Amino acid sequence: MTALSQQNSSPAGDRAAGPRSIRPHGSAGTLLRITRIAFQKPWWVAIAFASTLVAATLQLMIPIILGTAVDQTQDALAAVDGGRGALLKTAALLFVMAALRGVFTTLQNYYAEAVGHTVGYQLRRAYYAKVQELDFSFHDKVHSGDLITLGMLDLEGVRMFFSTGIVRLLLLSTLIGVGGYILIGTDPVLALAALSFVPFVGWRSSVTRLRLRATWLRLQERLSVLSRVMEENLAGIRVVRAFAAQSLEMEKFRTASLSALELARERVGIRVRNTSAMTFSFFAAMGLVLWIGGHKVIAGEISVGTLASFLTFMTILQMPVRQLGMLVNSFARASTCGSRLFDFLDFEVPIREVPGAPALVLSEGRLRFEDVSFTYPGTERPVLRDVSFEARRGETIGLVGPPGSGKSSLVHLIPRFYDVTGGRITIDGQDIRDISLRSLRQAVAVVQQDVFLFTTTLENNIAYANPWAREKQVERASESARLHDYILNLPGGYRTVVGERGVSLSGGQRQRVSIARTLMLDPSILVFDDSTTALDANTERSIRKSMRENAANRVTVIIAHRLSSLMDADRILVLDDGRIVEEGSHAELLALCGRYRALHDLQVGNDAPTGGTR
Amino acid sequence: MATSHQRPPRATVGSHRVEEEMFGRVFDGRVVRRIWAFVSPYRLKVAIAVIAVLVFTGTQVVIPLIIRDAIDNGIVTGGEAALTRAVLLFALVILINFGASFVQENVVGQTAENVLFDIREAMFSHLQRVSMSFMDKTEVGRLMSRLQGDVNSMQEFLETSVLSVGDIVLLFGIVASMLWLDVRLGLLTISVLPILFLVRVFWLPRARKAFMAAHEANSVANGALAEAIHGVRAVQNMNREDVNLALYTEKAETNLQAHLTAARYAQVMVPIVDTLTGLAMAFVIVVGGSMVLGQTLEVGVMVAFLFYIQRFFDPIRSLTMQYSVMQRAMASGQRLTEVLDIEVTIRDKEDAFALTRDTEGSIEFRGVTFGYDPAHPVLKDVTFRVNPGETVAIVGPTGSGKSSAMALVNRFYDVQQGQVLVGGHDVRDVTQRSLGRHIAMVLQEPYLFTGTVFENIRYNVVDASEEDVVNAAKAVGAHDFIAALPEGYGTLLGERGGSLSLGQRQLLSFARALVADAQILVLDEATASVDSYTEMKIQTALKRLLQDRTGLVIAHRLATIRNADRIIVLRDGQIVEQGTHDELIAQGGLYAGLYRMNHTSFDDALDTGL
Repeated sequence: MTALSQQNSSPAGDRAAGPRSIRPHGSAGTLLRITRIAFQKPWWVAIAFASTLVAATLQLMIPIILGTAVDQTQDALAAVDGGRGALLKTAALLFVMAALRGVFTTLQNYYAEAVGHTVGYQLRRAYYAKVQELDFSFHDKVHSGDLITLGMLDLEGVRMFFSTGIVRLLLLSTLIGVGGYILIGTDPVLALAALSFVPFVGWRSSVTRLRLRATWLRLQERLSVLSRVMEENLAGIRVVRAFAAQSLEMEKFRTASLSALELARERVGIRVRNTSAMTFSFFAAMGLVLWIGGHKVIAGEISVGTLASFLTFMTILQMPVRQLGMLVNSFARASTCGSRLFDFLDFEVPIREVPGAPALVLSEGRLRFEDVSFTYPGTERPVLRDVSFEARRGETIGLVGPPGSGKSSLVHLIPRFYDVTGGRITIDGQDIRDISLRSLRQAVAVVQQDVFLFTTTLENNIAYANPWAREKQVERASESARLHDYILNLPGGYRTVVGERGVSLSGGQRQRVSIARTLMLDPSILVFDDSTTALDANTERSIRKSMRENAANRVTVIIAHRLSSLMDADRILVLDDGRIVEEGSHAELLALCGRYRALHDLQVGNDAPTGGTR
Repeated sequence: MATSHQRPPRATVGSHRVEEEMFGRVFDGRVVRRIWAFVSPYRLKVAIAVIAVLVFTGTQVVIPLIIRDAIDNGIVTGGEAALTRAVLLFALVILINFGASFVQENVVGQTAENVLFDIREAMFSHLQRVSMSFMDKTEVGRLMSRLQGDVNSMQEFLETSVLSVGDIVLLFGIVASMLWLDVRLGLLTISVLPILFLVRVFWLPRARKAFMAAHEANSVANGALAEAIHGVRAVQNMNREDVNLALYTEKAETNLQAHLTAARYAQVMVPIVDTLTGLAMAFVIVVGGSMVLGQTLEVGVMVAFLFYIQRFFDPIRSLTMQYSVMQRAMASGQRLTEVLDIEVTIRDKEDAFALTRDTEGSIEFRGVTFGYDPAHPVLKDVTFRVNPGETVAIVGPTGSGKSSAMALVNRFYDVQQGQVLVGGHDVRDVTQRSLGRHIAMVLQEPYLFTGTVFENIRYNVVDASEEDVVNAAKAVGAHDFIAALPEGYGTLLGERGGSLSLGQRQLLSFARALVADAQILVLDEATASVDSYTEMKIQTALKRLLQDRTGLVIAHRLATIRNADRIIVLRDGQIVEQGTHDELIAQGGLYAGLYRMNHTSFDDALDTGL
C-alpha cells in the first residue's frame, strides 16, 4: 500500500480543501505511481508482459510463414518430388503458431485486465476510506457530484492505464519495432513503402484522439446541463404547470439540446474525417507496395512469397498503428485523472488524532468551552468569539439566537466536526484534540438538522451507530423517540426499507428516526441541532419528556427556535454574532428584558392572539 | 467494541435497485415502426448511407481480387502492362473506398445523433402535456433514465443497424468471391465458419451472464460509494467508518471477482478464433498450395484466399455483438414507446378561449367531487365561492382534500362531478395557458431552478424588467438578503437553491408569484417551522402578496388564518364549517375548539387533537 499512501504531492493550506484540490496537473510521477500500484501483483504483471512479447512475436511469424508457403508453390523443382510434404509442414507450423498466438493473446489480455482490476480494487478501497476520513469542512466545499465523478470516472481512467496504456505500449512497440526491423532486413526500399503509412496514421490518430477527448469533456458538460434542465423540469412540474411555463421550458430544453447536438455532430465529423483518411493512407501504401514489389518480382529481385508476406505484414500492422491514438489517449487520461485522484488521496485531513491518542476517560461528565473562537476554513469572519461556558452531567443547556449567530457551529465543535481556531474545549479536563476521535464521537452525539436516511430497513437505520445492538435496544430507542408505534403500524414493521429508494417518510418521521439512532450511541453529551422543526407540538413535548427521564446521565444541549422547546433547559445561552450575550434560566432572561425577552415577545405576538405561551 | 471483528448483524452499506430488463426480443415490429417514424424524415439520408455502405463493402471485397489480378496476370507472368493496369484499378478502388467510407460514417453518425435528439425532444415535450396523475406516481429518476439511458441505446442501435447491413453484405461478398475464385477451396475454407458460429452461440448466453454480473457488481459498489459520499456526515457522527469500510471492501471484492470472471469469458474466444483462422489458412496452404503445384490454381488466388481468411471472422464477431445491441435497443424502445403513448387526458377544447386581464378574479366550486381514483373521492360535493379581492383560508387535517382543491383550480386534474369556475368560466372551457397566467401559485415546498436569482423571480414573465423584479423582491422583503449575496440578483443559485435557507427560498417564491402579477393567488403555506425572525418576514410578505388580489390559501399558521376574510374548514373531503373568524368562534364548533388550544400550527392540532 505504500504507493497509495505516499504523501509527497500533498497540497497544503486551507485553499487546497476546495474544489481546487481536484484540479488536474498531469505528470510523469502520476503515471509512475500507477505503475507502482500495478506492480503489487508482480507475477501477473510478468505474465502479462511475457505473453505480450510472445504473442507479438508469433503474430509477426505468420506473414513470414505465409510467404514461405507461397514460395513453396512456386518451386518448380519441388513440384516434381516432395512439394506436398513441404507444404504440409509449413501449414502445420502456421496452424500451431496461430493457435499459440491465440493462447498468448488471451493470457496477455486476461492478466492485463486482472492487474487493472486489482489496481481498481485497491484504489476503490483507499478512496472510500478517504471519503470517510475527510472532515466536514472538506465536504462543505467539494460538491458531492464531483466526488462521485472522481471516485467513479477518474478512478476508471487510472484503473485502465495498465491494460490500455502500458501493455498496449509494449505490444505496439514490439509489433512496429520488430516488424519494421524484419521488413527492412528483407528489402529496405519495399519496407519504406510498406511502413510509409505508419507515421501519418499514428500522428492522425493521436491528434484526433486528443481532440475527441477534449470535445468529449465539453460534450459531457453540455449533456449535464441538458439533463439538469430536464430533471429540474420534471421534479418541478407543478411549478411549471402552475405558471403555464411549458413554452419557456421547451425553449430552455431546445437551447441545451441544440448546443449538445451541435457538439455531438462536430465530433462525428472529427471522427469520420480521421477514419477515412487513415484507411486511405493505409491502402495507398499497400498500392505502393504492390507497384514497387510487383516490379521487383518481375525483375527477379524478390519472390512472390516475399511480396505476399509484405502485404500480410501490412494488414497485421494496420490495427495496432490505428490504435496509437488510443494509446496516447490512455496516457493523457491516466495522467489527468491520476493526478486528481492522488491529490485527493494524499490530502492531509486537518482533523485527526495525535498518534497514540488515549481514549476519553469520563468521570464527572463536565463539558467546558474555554474562550473558544472559530472561523470556518477559507473564510475571514469568525463565527464564534471567546465563547466560555460549562455544563455538568444532568444539565440541559439551551441555545438561542438569530439565524447565523453561530449556534450550529458551536455544537459542531464538540465532536470535532471542525476544530476550534482559538481557545479549547475540554471534557472532564481533557482537551478534545488530545483524545482519540473514536472515543470522542462515541461520547458526543449530534441529532442533525438535515436527516440523511440510509436506504435500508428502519431497524438498520436506527441501529446505525451500533449494528451489534439487540432488538430490544432498537425498540427502546425508537420508543424514546416516539417512533415505535408508528413503525409497528407499517406493513413491514421494523423491516420496512426507507431512504432514497424505500418508503418515503415525512419530515417529522425522519427527525424521529434521527433522534432514535442518536440515542443508540447512549452518548454522554447529546446535542439537538434544531432537529425538531418538523415535529408537531404534542410529539415534541412527549419526546422531551422521555429525554428528561435519561437526562441525569448526560449533558444535553438543545438548539431550537421555538422557545417552547427550551422549557426544560436549566440554562439558556443567547448567542448573537458569535458571542454569548445573555445567559440564565427562562425566568431570569425574561426578567432581564433583553434580547431573549424581545424574541419571546416576537414569537408570542406571531402565534398567539392572547399573548401567552403555555 | 469487543465484538467489532465480527460481521455486525444489522449493518449494510449502499442499496441496489433491481436493474430493468436489459434485453428484449431481437425484433419487435411495433417498436421498430415507432422508431421508424423518427427516422423517416431522414430517409433520403438513410438511403444514401445504405448505398455508401454497399459501395464501401464492395470495395473491401474487390481489393484482394485486384491483388490476385496483379499477381497472376502481371507479376508472375512478367506482364508490366497488366501490373500497371491492376495498380491503377487499385488506386481507383481505394479512392471510391475513401469516398464511400466518408459518406457512410458521416451520414450514419449525424443522422443517428439527429434522431436521438428528436426522440428525446418528442418525449420531453410529451411529458409537458401528460396528466399530473401520471407525473404524481412516476419517479423523476425513472423518467430521466428513459430520457437518457434508453434514448442513448437507441442511438447505438441506429448506428449499428446500418453497419450490420454492411457486415452481412461483407460476409456474403467474401464467401461469394471465394466460391467464385475456386469452388472446392472455397467450400473447404468456409467449412470452419459453422464451427465458429456454433461456438459463439454456445458462448454468448454464458458470457452475457458473466458480463451482466460484472456490470451489476460495479453498480452495487458504486451505489455504496455514492451513499458514503452523501451520508458522510451521518457516518462520522455515528462512528460507522470502520464497519462501513469492511462492508464496502466485501462489495469491492465481489466486484473484482465478477470482473475477473467476465474477463475470462471475454478472452476465451480469442484462441478459438485464432485457431480456426490458423486452420483455414493451413487448409489453403495444403490444398491450395498443392493445386498451385499441380498447375490447377494460380498463386494469386491462393494469396487472395489468405487475405479473405484474415477478414471473414470480423463480420461474424461484430454481428453477434450487434445481436445484443438489437436486443437491448428493443427493450429500450419498448420503454420509450410507453412514455410516448401516455395519454394526454387534459387538453384544451377546440373552442377554448383565453382568460384576459379583465376577467374577474373569482373562484367557485360547484358541487365538486374528485378523487385520484374515482372510487375513492377526496373531495365530496364541495361548493364554495371566493369573491374577487377576497382572501379565503382553507384549513383541515392532512388528507382532508386541501391540496386537491388547490390543484383543481389550476386544472391539474379534471373533476368527476360538478364544476370549477375561475372568473365565472368553467376551467375546462378556457385555455390552460391563459388559466396559468390568470392564477399565480405558491407551493408548500419552494421550488427554485438552477439559474440566477433574477431568472428565478422573473421565471415565466420573460419580459419582466430588472425594475419589476427588484420591486417584487422589495415588496416581499427579499431585497436585503439578495443584495447581500455575492453577485446580488445575478447570483447563480445551485441545485434547488440549496445555498439559501428555507425562509429565503420561500420569500423568493413569493416574489416570483408577485412578478407573475395574476388576479388570483393560490398558496399552500409551508408547514416546517422557521425561526421567528423569518416567520415575521414571511407574514409581512404574505400580506403584501394578497393585497388587491383574490387569495385561496391553504393555511397552517394561526396568524395567516386570522388575517383571512373567510375560513373554510375541510374534513374528509367535505366542508364542515365556513365563515369569518368571529363567526366561527361564536359558533363554538371545531374551529373554536382548535383556536382555544392555541397551537402554533393548526394542522398538528387537527391531527392529534379533537
